[in-house]
Amino acid sequence: MTAHESFSGAAEAAAPRSEERDGLLAIILRHPFAWLIALLGLVFAILPVWGDNVQLRESLLLAAVYVTLASNLNIVLGYAGYVNFGNIVFFGLGGYVCVYLVSEWQWPLGVAALIAGILVSLLALIFGLGILRLRGAFFALATIGVNEAVKAFVANFEPWGGAAGIYLSLDVYEPLGGPGQALWIVYFLIVAVMTASLFLSYAIKRSKFGLGLLAIGENEDAAAVLGVHTPRYKALAYSASAFLPAIVGGLYFFKTGTIEPGGAFDLTRSIEAIVMVMLGGIGSVTGAALGAFLYEELRGVLLTTEAFSHFQLVIAGLLLLGIVLFAPGGLMGFVYRRWPRARRLLQ
Amino acid sequence: MGLALQMTGVIASIIDGVLVGAVYGLAAMGLTLIWGVMNVINLTHGAMIMLGMFALYFLTSALGLPPYGAVPVTITAGFVFGVLVYWIAVHRVIGRAHLMSLLSTFAMNMVLIGISTALFSTSPYNVPVPLPGVTWREYTFTGTHIMAAMLALLLAGLLYLLLYRTRIGKAIRAVADNRDAAELNGIPTTQVLSFAFGLGVALACVSGTLIATLFPFTVLSGGAYELKSFVVTVLGGLGNPAGALIGGVALGLIEGVTASFMPLNWTPIIEFVLFVVALILFPRGIFAFARA
Amino acid sequence: MTIKKLVLIAAAALLTASPALAADDMLTIGFTVSRTGKLNNDSIAQMRGFELWRDELNDQGGIKVGGKQYKVNFVSYDDESVNARVQQLYTRIINQDKAQFLFSPYSSGLVATAAIVSEQYGRIMLTTGAAEEKTYKLGNKNLFQVYSPADLYLAGAIEAVKELNPKSQVALVYKDDPFSKAVLQSARKQVSEAGLTTVLDEAYSPETTDFGPAINKIISAKADVLLGGGHYPDGATLARQLYDHKARLKWVTLLVAPDSPNFATLGEAAISISVPSQWEPQVSFKPDFGPTAAEFTQRFQAKYGIEPGYHAAGGYAAGLLLQRAIEQAGSPEQAKVAGVLNSMDVTTMFGRTKFSTNPKEHGLQMGHEMVIAQWQRKGGNVVKEVIWPKAAKSSDVVY
Repeated sequence: MTAHESFSGAAEAAAPRSEERDGLLAIILRHPFAWLIALLGLVFAILPVWGDNVQLRESLLLAAVYVTLASNLNIVLGYAGYVNFGNIVFFGLGGYVCVYLVSEWQWPLGVAALIAGILVSLLALIFGLGILRLRGAFFALATIGVNEAVKAFVANFEPWGGAAGIYLSLDVYEPLGGPGQALWIVYFLIVAVMTASLFLSYAIKRSKFGLGLLAIGENEDAAAVLGVHTPRYKALAYSASAFLPAIVGGLYFFKTGTIEPGGAFDLTRSIEAIVMVMLGGIGSVTGAALGAFLYEELRGVLLTTEAFSHFQLVIAGLLLLGIVLFAPGGLMGFVYRRWPRARRLLQ
Repeated sequence: MGLALQMTGVIASIIDGVLVGAVYGLAAMGLTLIWGVMNVINLTHGAMIMLGMFALYFLTSALGLPPYGAVPVTITAGFVFGVLVYWIAVHRVIGRAHLMSLLSTFAMNMVLIGISTALFSTSPYNVPVPLPGVTWREYTFTGTHIMAAMLALLLAGLLYLLLYRTRIGKAIRAVADNRDAAELNGIPTTQVLSFAFGLGVALACVSGTLIATLFPFTVLSGGAYELKSFVVTVLGGLGNPAGALIGGVALGLIEGVTASFMPLNWTPIIEFVLFVVALILFPRGIFAFARA
Repeated sequence: MTIKKLVLIAAAALLTASPALAADDMLTIGFTVSRTGKLNNDSIAQMRGFELWRDELNDQGGIKVGGKQYKVNFVSYDDESVNARVQQLYTRIINQDKAQFLFSPYSSGLVATAAIVSEQYGRIMLTTGAAEEKTYKLGNKNLFQVYSPADLYLAGAIEAVKELNPKSQVALVYKDDPFSKAVLQSARKQVSEAGLTTVLDEAYSPETTDFGPAINKIISAKADVLLGGGHYPDGATLARQLYDHKARLKWVTLLVAPDSPNFATLGEAAISISVPSQWEPQVSFKPDFGPTAAEFTQRFQAKYGIEPGYHAAGGYAAGLLLQRAIEQAGSPEQAKVAGVLNSMDVTTMFGRTKFSTNPKEHGLQMGHEMVIAQWQRKGGNVVKEVIWPKAAKSSDVVY
């Protein structure tokens, strides 16, 4: 089963609707999946508050970050079929811009994070125009190159702390009501960004833009011949896929209180995002969320179980290998085959 | 006086760089061979280099082999291991979308690094190789650097002989050129592919062994050399082993020059910017030689 | 039947009564150790210091406070020398394992990350293995630094060099990480204040394994003094390659690495390399409480088979100081213990300890002084001797 079979069903479902005006509000009101996304966001928000369970909040926070990364990655990887190995560069840069603005210029968190998102997606647009003319493996390698170049540059960039990074002074929590409350606020913001990511990837999938991306993913040359403006679509997708990860990066590193090049531009995390998308089902919105959540839970268990902490990579690798060799459609691919009707409800 | 010393210092760094570059070239040859023959980017390349490094450590400490005696052992073991990996991870994805082979080799890479981390942890290892160096004025070129470069060139020469003077080499080149035509001509292409993959991995492993004679290493060291191999492969042209060797020396030269004139921590930036620029401007390699 | 009832009642009485047979309460202290990764060499030494303290304490019955006896229980994880793990694990240690007090990881970079978490949740953390000062200038309330801060590290070496040769040409080559940068920032000023010439001043990436280019630069600059380094792996490699390249420097002081007993394995390459040290077994402080340096060294050697370096001593001292603070506070309550720590001015086998209470740099260590140790050849062996300050030295300088 090829990667694209898992969402070709969605393309069929989208086709008859493509004439409708796809305004965001209209989408929300008409499609049940949108309600599911909203429900998920609500669950994430309420669960840890219920028991005042800080440990649960911490692990859900990580899960939400990964869902954000995975679902945005899906736009370029799942829809357009371009392997963005270096997707973590958006996360890291967003983190640095936001933390820098908060630390040096004392900007409020919300504004700093938003600016980070805008700046990084603009940068992505520029980078993208350069590297998106490369195909397949070349593109993948170029994204690694971009990530490593940015990491090496930031490590030498003194205003951003160089190799040591930036450490936030503890009074940045004061405008948010002290560290305890700040951590909760940041958590809710991250959940909001996660929900927005799911909405975004869903909305793109149902739109004409998304259809173009899917066409590029199937056969780029054919799509170009059929009138899809491939360079523009690819660049827009690459840039759009940078916006929310940059914001969530800003929030995440604000919460961590410190950012340094190794942790911000960690290639392993980048690859894990790909594993999550593949695990859940490439091209599927539910898949990205599911894959991210499951993988993150697995990681959490492995983190502290002394015997297994080293096996984290092995298990992740075996998982990925198994998926690629035997089940390229991922979990949702399996679900869709077993219960074809699910495809109409879940995306 | 100061300037003369500066210049000899620069020359010393350049020579050092070229020596190391020969080893980079050897590593990259493994990568480019696999790429050229079967259009697969072997993302286990870094892990293989790392395993070659550890092989040196264990062969010298556990078995008491002299350091350079480990070289033939690593080549053989690397070859066998490479064939194994081919059958596990690569065979099924050869014809399919590029994404699949990228991910499958990458997954294999994660497994290898994960197992190695469990066995060796991420602590640094070191294999001291006492070899007298060559001193020129104030600067010394360590014996290990010289030896590593010589061995790298020797192995590159042997590879050339293999590819151009043997039947199996001819078969490899035929499959690289056009797999279907080769199949029609009676060449067992699948076996040739697995042979080529094994060869590529063997080159990666032995280059790791040579690097381990020069510097300390950890389980994660392979990654840095894998990235250098990518840079070299792009510089030299995909699928072009001769280009890879030249590209390796070129990279070593660039590192030597930047280290002399710029603060030491700028070297990685230059490398990666070069990499991205080269990819965009010269996807066929700066030298764009005719395919070997 | 009645006998059974009697026995039951007696048992119940025994269990509920007798404060004399006080049940052992537990005090949980949490920290991470870099069991694996680049910092493992020194981090494990530090952990051994912690563990020696805990084992001795528990053998004596625990900390005696307010009519109870608290045995100490450690909760620790491997942080793999990585910041992200430190962040996640300390969050877990505080929220899930409910540790009451914290020790720090090893190395300024990791400690800075842990400090943010400990401050976010308001827990006391004794930091050891960390000299960088910036961590204490971010507005903390509950950090307490055991080590001397970074700006003093190379001061002694620079004084010694000035005395030996006021015309020295100094090369500063150091690791690009929070600790080394902090040390060298002060060192830079101290070198020029001492009237010495700086001929090279560069940082190398923490990932560097090949110091060839750096050494060539040092030679080109005609330096005869080298100050710098970072932590163990890079310091050891730098020392080895300096020897291989015959750099012919008259004075080499590297941070951290030469203090580890493992440095001796470099053989000839180790000779004449010096290191600023927080503590050496030869020091002769008279402690207000706890063992003397010699006693500590003996106990450590008996338990682990090797001589302790300053990382282990720092770990042990952290334990001693916390213990003292809890005892003097009369309870394990955070606020009371913090109060005692803030007003503390004591001497242990580690030296004098006094924490700054200035809110702009709370917890910075103010009382402790550093020494310089050098590897020398004595009677066929390679040993470490204290060469500076003159008051504390055990051997003459090898120049």
